[in-house]
Amino acid sequence: MRHVAHLQIGPAGFRIGSDWRAPIAALEELYRDYPKPEIPDFNVHLFAARPWRRFLRPAIHIGGDFTIPDAAPLPLAQGLLAAEMGMNLQMALAQRRYLLLHASAVERNGKAVLMTGISGAGKSTLAALLMARGWRLMGDEFVLIDPATGLAHAFPRLISLKNQAIAVARAALPEGRFGPLLPGTPKGDIRHLVPDVRAIEKMAEPAEPALLLFPRFGFEAAERPVPPSEAFVRLTQASTNYVHLAERGFDALTRLVRSVPARAIDYPDTDSGIALVEVLSEAAL
Amino acid sequence: MSPGWRLAHVLRDPGTALGFTAREWTELFAVARAEQMAGTLAHRLNGLALPPRVQRLVEDAIASAEQVRQAALWEAEMARRALAPLGMKVVLLKGTAFAAAGLSPSAGRNIGDLDILVPRDRIEEAEVALLAAGWEWVKPDPYDDAYYRRWMHELPPLIHRERDRMIDVHHTILPLTARIRPDAQALLDASEPLENGLCILSRTDRQVHAVAHLLADGDLAGGMRNLWDFHCLIRDEGTQGLAERARHHGLGREMARAGRLSHALYGTEVPPEWQRLTLLDRLYLRRMTARDGWGRGSRKFTRLAFYVRSHWLRMPPLMLARHLWTKYRKGYRPVG
Repeated sequence: MRHVAHLQIGPAGFRIGSDWRAPIAALEELYRDYPKPEIPDFNVHLFAARPWRRFLRPAIHIGGDFTIPDAAPLPLAQGLLAAEMGMNLQMALAQRRYLLLHASAVERNGKAVLMTGISGAGKSTLAALLMARGWRLMGDEFVLIDPATGLAHAFPRLISLKNQAIAVARAALPEGRFGPLLPGTPKGDIRHLVPDVRAIEKMAEPAEPALLLFPRFGFEAAERPVPPSEAFVRLTQASTNYVHLAERGFDALTRLVRSVPARAIDYPDTDSGIALVEVLSEAAL
Repeated sequence: MSPGWRLAHVLRDPGTALGFTAREWTELFAVARAEQMAGTLAHRLNGLALPPRVQRLVEDAIASAEQVRQAALWEAEMARRALAPLGMKVVLLKGTAFAAAGLSPSAGRNIGDLDILVPRDRIEEAEVALLAAGWEWVKPDPYDDAYYRRWMHELPPLIHRERDRMIDVHHTILPLTARIRPDAQALLDASEPLENGLCILSRTDRQVHAVAHLLADGDLAGGMRNLWDFHCLIRDEGTQGLAERARHHGLGREMARAGRLSHALYGTEVPPEWQRLTLLDRLYLRRMTARDGWGRGSRKFTRLAFYVRSHWLRMPPLMLARHLWTKYRKGYRPVG
């Protein structure tokens, strides 16, 4: 591949190759403070399906060591998103060392708050705002649970902010480093936020899960405890590799839901969401 | 050396990897993954003084392959339970057979679908029993379904609705349209029972099947892996009686070629008459090792040539034309 970037994000190293310069340039700028792995865990390919499609109506196909058939290509202007999706894809399809939870996480005093929910629940937004309030960001997409220790490992890739969340995060982090606005992606407008210095420096430090939250945005403020049985079922659905880890996955997940309190929280706006998370954390941490 | 050849060299002599640069290690694993051989590579490297990051890759690949093996054996057990009341011979093939019998190709080997062989005159009974046990058809198209039943060596693929795993039920080892017609009854008659009542092919038939799969069917995709199976079987079990058995099944030429390719690629010990490559053999090797340092398919023209050859092997020209026309009218377009 013509253009190449190496990135280490938490315990996972990536080599990203691209037929175009632009996506690699964007990655190198936004990930400039991240370490570079000598030997990566995964390869990502951003490629043109036909040689001339590099120039004529360029469309980025996402591939790598592990691929899914029929993934729709993205326009060249969304190259950064394509690279992020390519890395997520490798993790989702092939990460076998850790139990992968589709969740965001923040840490304080070695204890982690895990937030999981469907797209639009506010995982990324809450994580970004908690980072602005002094929490260490562990990740906005995946939390990695080590079946051997039960600890949560960070995966602090760029925070992917969507639609209204972009302005909210800009207001909360006026000094924050943001990527270019990517309008009209399959998930609406996207803008990436670079995790702060601390999130990057401490990305190799795991934390003990202390609170599990199931947030929902756009509902009247409410909260209820989630019993371990329900948390277990919801997390099997939030994990991309639970089935593949087999017994190790089952053990890791049952241990997590038995040892960590879980709450479902509804919130009408981000201010009340943050307030709710911090009150619950106060009690749990 | 090309990245594909480098993988072959490391499989043959893992010690040669110890002097690798970071880039060579990276490419080695990228190619191994593309060839579905990461677990095999990991087993070969395990125990050497590896760089820490490589050690991690090796451990993960071994753990992952172990899970694949367990799931494959469980799938075989599920099929056994579904078919046991019929009292027919059920022969495990390929990856699952190697794993069930503890044969050496199974170390780290990826196993996709469950492949079994049953007597042709009882294949409908087997299908009914599998459908009753939760397997479902995945080819809803009536043409595809009819094509499989009339011309293929297996039932249309079935997927289990709960476990999402595919089973291929064969009645012979090559499509009925192919020019070569292996003796399916002889495969069944010579098969050997395992403890649980399932069977595996006899020693020589296992090797014949590996060769048929590699050289008489398909476009050599996965060729490095399939030839590695052959290499391991020869290494452990020798070549005695092999040429005769292959000739009986009409695969004598293919057997000799597999011997030559395996000797060239993996250094397999073979009889002297299998030690000299022909020009055509070199083209096969060129196709099998066609990977760039990212694991992507390279040598597009060679690949295309073998793709065309795979259809040529599979059906006579007139039939191929009719098949392609039907597929075309149904809106199917070749990808790539």
